[in-house]
This record gives sequence, C-alpha cells and structure tokens, in this order.
Amino acid sequence: MSLELSHPEGAEADSAIAAQAPPPSRPREVIYRHTFLVRLTHWLNALAIVVMIGSGLNIFNAHPHLYWGQKGSELDRPFLSIGHVLATTGERGVTTIGSLKFDTTGFLGVSKFNGQELHKAWPSWLTIPSSQDLADARHWHFLFAWVLAANGLVYLLWSLLIRHVGRDLIPTVGDLKSIPRSVLNHIQLKHPTGEAAKRYNVLQRLAYLGVITLIGLMVLTGLTMSPGFNAFAPWLLDLFGGRQSARSLHFICASGVVAFIVVHLVEVLLAGPINEVGSMITGRYVVPQDHK
Amino acid sequence: MPLLTRRNALIAGIGGSGLVLSGCAKVTFADSLTDSAGFQHVLAQAESWTLASQRFLLSGGAMAREYAVSDISPRFKANGTLYPTGEDYEDAVNEDFVNWRLTVDGMVKRPVSLSVAELRKLPSRTQITRHDCVEGWSAIAQWTGVPVGLLLKTAGVLPQAKYVVFHCADNLDGEPEKGGMQAAGQYYESLALVDALHTQTLIAYAQNGKPLDVAHGAPLRLRVERQLGYKHAKYVQRIELTDRLSGFYGGKGGYWEDRGYEWYAGI
Repeated sequence: MSLELSHPEGAEADSAIAAQAPPPSRPREVIYRHTFLVRLTHWLNALAIVVMIGSGLNIFNAHPHLYWGQKGSELDRPFLSIGHVLATTGERGVTTIGSLKFDTTGFLGVSKFNGQELHKAWPSWLTIPSSQDLADARHWHFLFAWVLAANGLVYLLWSLLIRHVGRDLIPTVGDLKSIPRSVLNHIQLKHPTGEAAKRYNVLQRLAYLGVITLIGLMVLTGLTMSPGFNAFAPWLLDLFGGRQSARSLHFICASGVVAFIVVHLVEVLLAGPINEVGSMITGRYVVPQDHK
Repeated sequence: MPLLTRRNALIAGIGGSGLVLSGCAKVTFADSLTDSAGFQHVLAQAESWTLASQRFLLSGGAMAREYAVSDISPRFKANGTLYPTGEDYEDAVNEDFVNWRLTVDGMVKRPVSLSVAELRKLPSRTQITRHDCVEGWSAIAQWTGVPVGLLLKTAGVLPQAKYVVFHCADNLDGEPEKGGMQAAGQYYESLALVDALHTQTLIAYAQNGKPLDVAHGAPLRLRVERQLGYKHAKYVQRIELTDRLSGFYGGKGGYWEDRGYEWYAGI
C-alpha cells in the first residue's frame, strides 16, 4: 500500500467518478493526502498545544519574570518582566525587555475580563483556568504534557517508519534551491496548483520540521525545570545553560509555536479552508487546478 | 488589588484560550471542566503517572546537582511565612531558640527530643543546592544540617511506618494572589520514607554558614533537594512517623497539598 502524499488509488478512484459525471471542463482531481495517523495525531496535537499554551500562561503569571542561568528571582535581574505601575491615569501594564519599557495596558500587566480590571501578566481570557490558579493550571499542564509527548512520540515513530518524514518533510536539493522563488510565491499569496500542489513546498517543509523541533525543545526544556528530572538527567541543565535559562527557552519556544500557529492558520485560510481542513479530517484533498 | 476568586471568575468567565462553551453558558469550558469531579479525577490520574515515572527515574537515589560557592545567590528570596505569628515563636526568637526542641515520634521505637545545640553536635552534611519555587523562580544557597535519615535511624522506624510528617510552628494565611481557594492553616509537610532517607534530605540549621534567619525558617527547616520549594518546610518542631496522611489537617500531606498542589513535587 502506498502511503505517499499523493495516493494514486485515490486519484484513480476519483477520476473514475469524474468520468461518470457530466463532463466538466476539467476533471476534478482528488488525492489521498494525509494518512489516518497523521490526521489523528494532528488534531490531538492541536488540542494539547492549545491547552499547554493556556495553562502555561497561567503558570507564567505566578512569576512573570524571565532570567538566564541557573537561578533568578525578583532579587536578581530578569531580562523580561510583565508588571503594572500606578500612574496618574490609573494602573498601567508595563512590559520590560532588557532596558526597554513598553506600555502594554489592556493586554499584558493590566487587562479587563468581564468588565473587571485585573492586574496580571497575561489576560484571563488567554489562560486555563481563566482565574489565577497555579495549582490547577499545573494539573492541566502536566496532564496534557502526557498527551503531547505520547502523541508526538507515536507521530514521530510512525512517520519515520512509513518514511513520511524523509519523503514529505525533509526538503530535497531542488526544494532548497527553490527557496527564493517559494518565498516570493508566499509573499504574492500564490499557492501551488496541479502537480506542485500534491507535495509540500519547501517553506511548508521547513515550517513543519521547525515546529516539530520546537515542540521537542519544549518537552526537553520543560523537563529541565523539574528538580526531580534534574537529578536523573543533570546534563540537560548544562545543555540549556541552567534551570532559569531552560524556563526562558521554554517560553521563547512557545512563542515560536504561537508564531507557527498564526502563519499556519493564515495559510489555511488563504489556500482554501474547506479543502485544507477537510483534507485533515477525511484525508482527501482536491488538487487546485492550474490556471491556464 | 482586586482579588478574583475562582468562584467569581467562574460566574463571570467568558473566554479561556478559545475553549468557550457556546450558547447560554457563562463560564469557560476549561473552568467548568476544572471544577467537575470527573475531570479532577482525570487530573489526579495524570498526577499519579507523573509520580510513578519520577519514582522510576529516581529509583537509583540520584542526587540533586550541587553547585560551587560562586553560584550562591547574593540574595535568597524568602517566601511563604516570613515571620511566624504568636507569642511562643516571639519568645523563642528572643531567647535565641535555646529552648526549641525537635522531637521525632509517632511510629518509632524510641521517641527522640533534641535541642538545636544537640542537633549541631550530630554528624552533619553541607550542600550547595538550588531551591526551585513552584512559582518559577530559583535561588542557590549552601545548607548545613543533620540528615533526616540519621534522625530516623536514631529513633528506630517501625515497619508499618510509610510517611514522615513535618510539623511546623507557622500558621500561613494562604496566598490568594496565587489563586485557588485558600484559607489560613498550620503549615506542615510530609515525605515518603524513601525521600526522607535520601542523602540530601536534611533538617538544616545553617544557611551559607550562618544560623538560619527567621524568614528562612529559624531555627530548623527541611531540605528536600529533588522537590519544589513548598516541600522545604520551615520552623520545624516535630517529625512524626505515620502509616497514613489522612489524619493530618486536610489529609493531602501538606499545607499546599491541601490547597490543590501536588504531594510529590518533583516537577
């Protein structure tokens, strides 16, 4: 059985159906794009990531400062802080990065939730649970950490086994050479059609490999924050430059994952959300036709 | 600062990372899940997996990292109780803790009672370790104290004992800004025997070579280096061996545990 992105059986089956229908100007080509396991792990991963971000921001709010090195508290020098100060106009949210201060009232530091002004780093509408609750946020985070890790492991092992990674994700030499053109296409919001649409383009490949790497780093930096896991694998402390560095990298990688999600969702909308989301549910993808 | 209790937030809530209940519901889906008994059961199940995997990984008695003198935090943040209330503790401070006693009792063969001076004469261990608060910050200090294992050996642990409960002199008001439903209560902690017997688990009497100051638990505090800060009980007066945690305060094995935090605080 072929498990490639473009599934010939699917294509043939659809051509057969197309042949029986009243002759259209051009036959609609449908390919079997995503295997069942890719679809299942995609949605489980999406759920886990949303919960990890929401509960992670609640946990962050318990100590909204980031440091480099092994140690760090308010008595040391954070490189990032989210807080609030009393100004003549009322409480203002202040985000400090290095020596730069930004007024982030309304989102970071001071925000409104259900008409109530709250003085917390990340706003309640983004956190799980919505109210500041470190204990429950941690329970959520560690439950979905299991979901994320187990699901990710199944995906990775399966994808390596069926050569999904090697075939569909690792860019070819030709792909790498086409980076400038692909960048241009993306800027012009041109999406591949015909044969080119049956495979991931080079920026897509790099983005997917990138987010897989980021999630892997998040698991490792997350474990590096555990004093118990530190005793088991002290080399992780050295790898990430200390416990507080690991905490900061955890946050930075999460920002990278959020950036991926934004681009990913925009691309889905631009490329045709019904076809794209549909293909991630049913596996079947209608190949966009050449414009000629 | 407006304090938002979970219940108020539940009544008021509308959002929460997109997990919004549609229609008439006025709470976030995540909030109502958090408060449902069924989901709490799932969360507790996940916690038991986390505990079991940490027990497995640390079954060889792995040591927490010990740091160099140059790594010591110039200023070590104090958290929780900063100065216990009550005349008894005030008197103890005024007389420099000369009448402070640490007792080891419960399921032991020979209950032990020691003054701070007597503890200082026992074999000690000095370690420079990192203290990780559950909130996210870390600080490094040098701690000197008596291994809890030595105290337990002296008292003779009865075979039915499973847990070591640490009774403290401080009554903590809770820290509502950390969320959850919190009320005042006596501070206490507990460990499984295996963690109490670990080489780095100490009843510490000195920090950075000086007697503990009040904010850091004078005269005696617990050090459990492979777990988070709230396990490191301050103002320790009594060590009680028991076969169950259900008989103590909220029954979850610690002040913060009774307020929703994990009993095994390895992550």
